[in-house]
Amino acid sequence: MNLGPLNSDADARQGLLGGWPARLHIDMPLLTGLLVLSALGLMVLYSATGQDWEQVEKQVWRLALGFVVMFGVAQLHPVRLQRWSPFLYGAGILLLLAVMLFGDVGKGAQRWLDLKVLRFQPSEMVKIAVPMMVAWFLAASPLPPSWRRLLAGAILTAVPVLMIAKQPDLGTALLVASAGLAVLFLAGVSYRLILGLGLAAAASLPLVWTLLRDYQKQRILTLFDPESDPLGAGYHTIQAKIAIGSGGIYGKGWLNGTQSQLEFVPEKHTDFIFAVLAEEFGLVGVLCLLTLYILIILRGLYMATQAQSAYGRLLAGAVTLVFFVYAFVNVGMVIGILPVVGVPLPLVSYGGTSLVTLMAGFGILMSIHTHRKLLP
Amino acid sequence: MAGPALKDHLRETRLFVGRAAVVGVLIVLLTAGLVVRLGYLQVTLHDHYRTLSSENRVKLVPLPPTRGLIYDRSGVLLADNYPTYSLEITPDQVGDLARTLEDLRHVVTITDDDLQRFHRARRQQQRFNSIPIRLKLSDEEVARFAVVRHRFPGVDIQARLLRRYPEGDKAVHVLGYVGRINQQEQEQIDAAAYAGSTHIGKLGIERNYEAELHGEVGLQQVEVNALGRVIRVLETQAPVPGQNLRLHLDMGLQEAAIEALGEETGAAVAIDPKTGGVLALVSKPGYDPNPFVEGISGGLYRQLRDDPEKPLYNRALRGLYPPGSTIKPFMALAGLEMGAVTAGQNKFCPGFYQLPGQSHRYRDWKKGGHGVVDLNKAIVESCDVYFYDLAHDLGIDRLHKFLSGFSFGRKTGIDLTEELGGLLPSREWKERARRQPWYPGETLIAGIGQGYMLTTPLQLAAAAATLANGGRFVAPRVAAAVEAPDGSVSVPAPQPPPVQMPVRAKANWQDVMQGMLDVVEGQRGTARRIRTDAYRIAGKTGTAQVFTVGQGEEYDEDKIDRKLRDHALFIAFAPVEDPRIAVAVLIEHGGHGGAVAAPIARRIMDVYLMGEQPP
Repeated sequence: MNLGPLNSDADARQGLLGGWPARLHIDMPLLTGLLVLSALGLMVLYSATGQDWEQVEKQVWRLALGFVVMFGVAQLHPVRLQRWSPFLYGAGILLLLAVMLFGDVGKGAQRWLDLKVLRFQPSEMVKIAVPMMVAWFLAASPLPPSWRRLLAGAILTAVPVLMIAKQPDLGTALLVASAGLAVLFLAGVSYRLILGLGLAAAASLPLVWTLLRDYQKQRILTLFDPESDPLGAGYHTIQAKIAIGSGGIYGKGWLNGTQSQLEFVPEKHTDFIFAVLAEEFGLVGVLCLLTLYILIILRGLYMATQAQSAYGRLLAGAVTLVFFVYAFVNVGMVIGILPVVGVPLPLVSYGGTSLVTLMAGFGILMSIHTHRKLLP
Repeated sequence: MAGPALKDHLRETRLFVGRAAVVGVLIVLLTAGLVVRLGYLQVTLHDHYRTLSSENRVKLVPLPPTRGLIYDRSGVLLADNYPTYSLEITPDQVGDLARTLEDLRHVVTITDDDLQRFHRARRQQQRFNSIPIRLKLSDEEVARFAVVRHRFPGVDIQARLLRRYPEGDKAVHVLGYVGRINQQEQEQIDAAAYAGSTHIGKLGIERNYEAELHGEVGLQQVEVNALGRVIRVLETQAPVPGQNLRLHLDMGLQEAAIEALGEETGAAVAIDPKTGGVLALVSKPGYDPNPFVEGISGGLYRQLRDDPEKPLYNRALRGLYPPGSTIKPFMALAGLEMGAVTAGQNKFCPGFYQLPGQSHRYRDWKKGGHGVVDLNKAIVESCDVYFYDLAHDLGIDRLHKFLSGFSFGRKTGIDLTEELGGLLPSREWKERARRQPWYPGETLIAGIGQGYMLTTPLQLAAAAATLANGGRFVAPRVAAAVEAPDGSVSVPAPQPPPVQMPVRAKANWQDVMQGMLDVVEGQRGTARRIRTDAYRIAGKTGTAQVFTVGQGEEYDEDKIDRKLRDHALFIAFAPVEDPRIAVAVLIEHGGHGGAVAAPIARRIMDVYLMGEQPP
């Protein structure tokens, strides 16, 4: 995959970079990466669902919707996105507030909109709105930001994160927090401050521990000793590790993973689908997937560096980083080095909610990249 | 204006590119970390996890062996197995048991009895064991459940072979039955050998020959999913079916004995004296063992348990009765062999006996007495006074020693474990059990088979057989041979070696046998009514007292309650020249042995010796 610019003289004369795909506001390398990843994902999903065409078909529709959303968002001019940022953020906060106040009814607590193929949750919208807001806020003044602005940016991130964590949805809270922090980091927070905060965070861990709910504590404890509760909280981790380890270098072959096909791996088509991949395709398959992720992320970072406004750079970089956090946290939890939090494997796990948000993020990335003007 | 803005822009871009580079490096490093971890799991620990994975999906499923069949001596099937489908629940795999049971009721019929049985079994079993809620499902019920099976995790249909006793209650006191393995048995058996087996012999032949009948468990390696459902079979090690049993029992004779006993409560035992083979063993009333196999319902069990006729009680093996006058031939033999009396020696019977220096009169059954009595007349007319005197002369110690040889007071060693040994009183026994000295009067009572002495009908039959054998004691056997399931190999069932009693003079034995022959064939014999020209029977009647008549009172059969009436007894063997069958019959509260018990014994011998089929 070519990570570099694809501009030709003809495109340059038109004031646009990137040729005909750019006129449609499409970034071909990124699109190619996403399509290959989706195809691989569907293949693994077919096996993980126990060869259930119905579920695969549903996922195809979700992916299609995701790509449509991506194309749609890509058509929006970054300036418009920038202008909308505070309103989107405000709406997100209001919706989260509504969920906190009125959504406390049974399992529907987080649900807001049921759109047949996917459920829209306010927290999903916030995943995009937070980096947009923080980028909008910081880009308004010269970078690196002042201390006061940094603090304000941190608060802008912390408020929705705490609201989501209270739902409680640790996985989403983590992703939203990482989105906001990514913007802050890319904006130029001094390394000294990062070090200081890191130490402070380490010192406050015991306090955080007391704030966690029992099942959250349990997940973290089982991370260190999954065998302590082999049929309870540790079951996921143990069975997933058996699946992965028994896959070996070349895997057991597509549709032949005994751990997965015989339903030992729980949530094997959603959060634990990585275990199915690792069992059936082995280390080779895993390396292919990780390489694909790295390529997409590096392309995203490259696109971010090419952005022409501070807002564009920060937002594009943050969206790319969140994508990485998704993949890293999911793989980390499946292979047993991170606690089990509900984070799907991007574009591979069954489910549509986070998929659409992710694709909207890639749309933003493409929008920023393809709306560039040739600088004088 | 453009200058500073451009400068700022350049500075910001440079700052961002620097940050992005740091992020890029960080991302690559973190991903490398994931790869290292994955390499560790998939390469370094691969063998470990591959083993775990195959253990995970491969389960060993025990295959219970088919239980051996039981035949009578001529091949009549007495116990077999038939396939049934049962609905079984593994409590461990069911979340809400009450709810599941309720839902199941909409699918198959589940009676309150079924539920009760299930809950009782559940208390006795481990949670991971599969427990039947319904046995013998109809084809329609099997189909109906199969459709909704996915809604009932932990509930499954099991094909099982269930034990069946085609002859029902006819041979139950010989065969016993199998039932579900209970907690206590679970602790005693070899768990590996009984993996997958649900039933075990509880009583009778089924219990005694459990090792032969059970067979060896097989194993199947199956691939299962996380819910424990079998996906496919990988490897099978077939179970070895249990061995078949061929019994000495003659079902035709057994039926004849049941027929002959009629509505009476009692027992009849017929033994082949040469082999010890039990030809018939009946305890009336009997009961159908089949409900016990499936797990008998509380109501039916209570009904059996509370039945005043006690059908569950095995009178032939466990019924303890005074032998009454049936002990007299053995007493006579004791007197002869111990030198306390000779066959021709006369005693005078005035109708009662008194110990020297005591006023208590030990009455004879015949008012006015038998007059001058020798050994033959004493047996034929069953003179009590003769045996009072003989017992007095012998003394309890010699009496005990001699009668022990006939297995009175100890188990015969039949291959039915529930047998009781009865009681042959002795000085030591009384010291031990009653902490009292032995009184001479008790010896007299023992001499006519009353008092402390208790025997089972089986012991009486075995004793008659020993007498017929000239003192060679052969432990009674029900099982004749252990056969391979396909009938190819037949091995005689193990039998303890016969024991020959010391014989001082063969003539003594012949004198006693002559006495017994005259009981049937003599003019005054107490069993003369069963005399036949077809073959010659040696026998002895007995009447065992249940109710003690006070001194100076009369025993009037019509006046007392049936439950207090005497037990009627009869022992016999035939043909006298070469005995092929020895019989003991006991009729509870039947009255006089000669009148009630002897004709039944005759009927049994007729059928066996003359091949007469029951009418």
